Amino acid sequence: MRSLRFLMSLAVLLALAVPMVAQSGAVAAKPATAPAAKTTTAKGYVAPRTPDGQPDLQGIWDTASITPLERPKELGTKAFYTDEEIKQYEKRRMNDLDRDRRDGGATQDLARAYNDGWFDRGTHLARNKRTSRVIDPADGRFPPFTPEAQKKYDEFHKWFAANPGNSAEDRELFDRCLFFSQSGPPLVPGNYNNLYQIIQTPGYVTIYSEMAHQTRTVPITRREKLPKDVAQWMGESVGHWEGETLIIESSNIRFNDHSHFGTQYDGMTDENLRVTERFTRTAADMITYQATVTDPTVYTKPWTIELPMEKAVGPIFEYACHEGNYGLSGILSGERVKEKEAAMKAK
Amino acid sequence: MVRSAKRARGIAACFGVVVFLASASASLAQTSTGLPRIASGKPNLNGIWQVANAANWDLQTHGPSQGPAAFGALLSVPPGIGVVEGGEIPYLPKALEQRNKNRAARWTDDPEIKCYMPGVPRATYLPHPFQIVQSPTAILISYQFGDAARPINMGKPSEAPVDSWMGWSNGRWEGDTLVIDVKGFNDQTWLDRSGNYHSDALHVVERYTLANANQINYEATLEDTNVFSRPWKIAMPVYKHVEKNARLMEFKCAEFTEEMLYGHLRRVPSAKPISK
Repeated sequence: MRSLRFLMSLAVLLALAVPMVAQSGAVAAKPATAPAAKTTTAKGYVAPRTPDGQPDLQGIWDTASITPLERPKELGTKAFYTDEEIKQYEKRRMNDLDRDRRDGGATQDLARAYNDGWFDRGTHLARNKRTSRVIDPADGRFPPFTPEAQKKYDEFHKWFAANPGNSAEDRELFDRCLFFSQSGPPLVPGNYNNLYQIIQTPGYVTIYSEMAHQTRTVPITRREKLPKDVAQWMGESVGHWEGETLIIESSNIRFNDHSHFGTQYDGMTDENLRVTERFTRTAADMITYQATVTDPTVYTKPWTIELPMEKAVGPIFEYACHEGNYGLSGILSGERVKEKEAAMKAK
Repeated sequence: MVRSAKRARGIAACFGVVVFLASASASLAQTSTGLPRIASGKPNLNGIWQVANAANWDLQTHGPSQGPAAFGALLSVPPGIGVVEGGEIPYLPKALEQRNKNRAARWTDDPEIKCYMPGVPRATYLPHPFQIVQSPTAILISYQFGDAARPINMGKPSEAPVDSWMGWSNGRWEGDTLVIDVKGFNDQTWLDRSGNYHSDALHVVERYTLANANQINYEATLEDTNVFSRPWKIAMPVYKHVEKNARLMEFKCAEFTEEMLYGHLRRVPSAKPISK
């Protein structure tokens, strides 16, 4: 419903109403003269301070956008769109993403049955004007896997394609309501529920993700780490401040063969995954978020994503996933029916 | 539902609703000295908390009883002193019948078994820790059980946009007491492992009063005209985890319900197990 917010704030702007309201319009309220090209931050912006002197990151933030995780190959090293290109891109991409279209025949209709009514990824390119969320390597794409990781990935996905629903534990983590890319680390926007609330208390920063109600409370001081064999899906995070930037380092991140980044099969992880996140308040209504992923046994070099987290009003809703998980039993039942049908045919 | 929820958010944006700082000067007469406080002057509720009682087994005073025989003492019901003011939950006659049916089916029908979000006030007295995150402008309560959480709206009170498991929480300070008004529940949660329950008309008013640095006196008033003949109250102390390295750990119990919920849909014989 970004589009609605966009239209409504635009109307408010035209009526020359209260500036505060315009500000909450996020993308819509952004002046057309925003700095293009390399810089994505308002230079010289200094965040307000919390009572204990930290840069204040608190509030509700939205990462929804139609910016792709990886850059389309044909763009090469072109990292930013011009304002004119943004208009064209948004038009084209919204058409591509449109799941209410009926121009693809029966097979496509079925594939699009999870239709646009479910999606809330915004209608605009992210405010940083980037052509992809991956900003390093320079081509905006994940670096190559190591040969061993490539082999493991290929073998697993070959197996999974042939065995798409053997049991609950053989399904994707999001089908099981166990892990979503939105809650991270790293925070990778998904198709909906891309809202976060950040609360700072002395010694801690809490990042609450609307997606599946995940809370990550990060200590700003070192503390004794959990043993290696007590890995958690969201890992173990420790934070510190470097000037205006909150840096959170995470390790001991639980994984399985289905672990990846984003909503498609984007990559792979193993026990050597380390994530370094950087939160910098770069405008009153924006946090610039960057996350560097290092996993030397999976990726041949580290890679980095960038997201503008835009100030939102909220509220944050309850995303009850497991409680209404009809999808998982539907998937498994479907597979059992297919097996029965195949067995009948064979007779 | 998704769309209308987002619409509500958009409309809220256009009216420029802002979180306002609860006035620290409110009714100084009711405040006590010597409590740890945060920068806004309010009592400091930050920390990891847990009850030390048997309320989750049964809110009312109860003796010990047999659990599933295979688990012997491990899952037998431990006795406990009740937390209900006046001793009895004031059920309407029909509702008491339902409670008794629930109780007879406690080892199969309690939603806690399925790792469903526990609702309020049960989340408070589950045998798991919870964390209060409190800044001068915001409060969030995060529960270890199933990663349940509730953002508390400390701004202008708002209506629940839709029914939910953990309800819709509007908070305010009455002197040194954090009062949270919770509505908008669904009717899917129970109040304990003994079949005590409620309908979607449940209205809970919680009161969190810091007694000292390490104890909150917790009270909750429950009103539900479909189930109870009058509002009733529970009260219990909640204790702070003071041990070094205290933290919430990840307890995504959904994983441990999969065999129970989906085991009958497993492929037989099973193929390659996952590597981790």
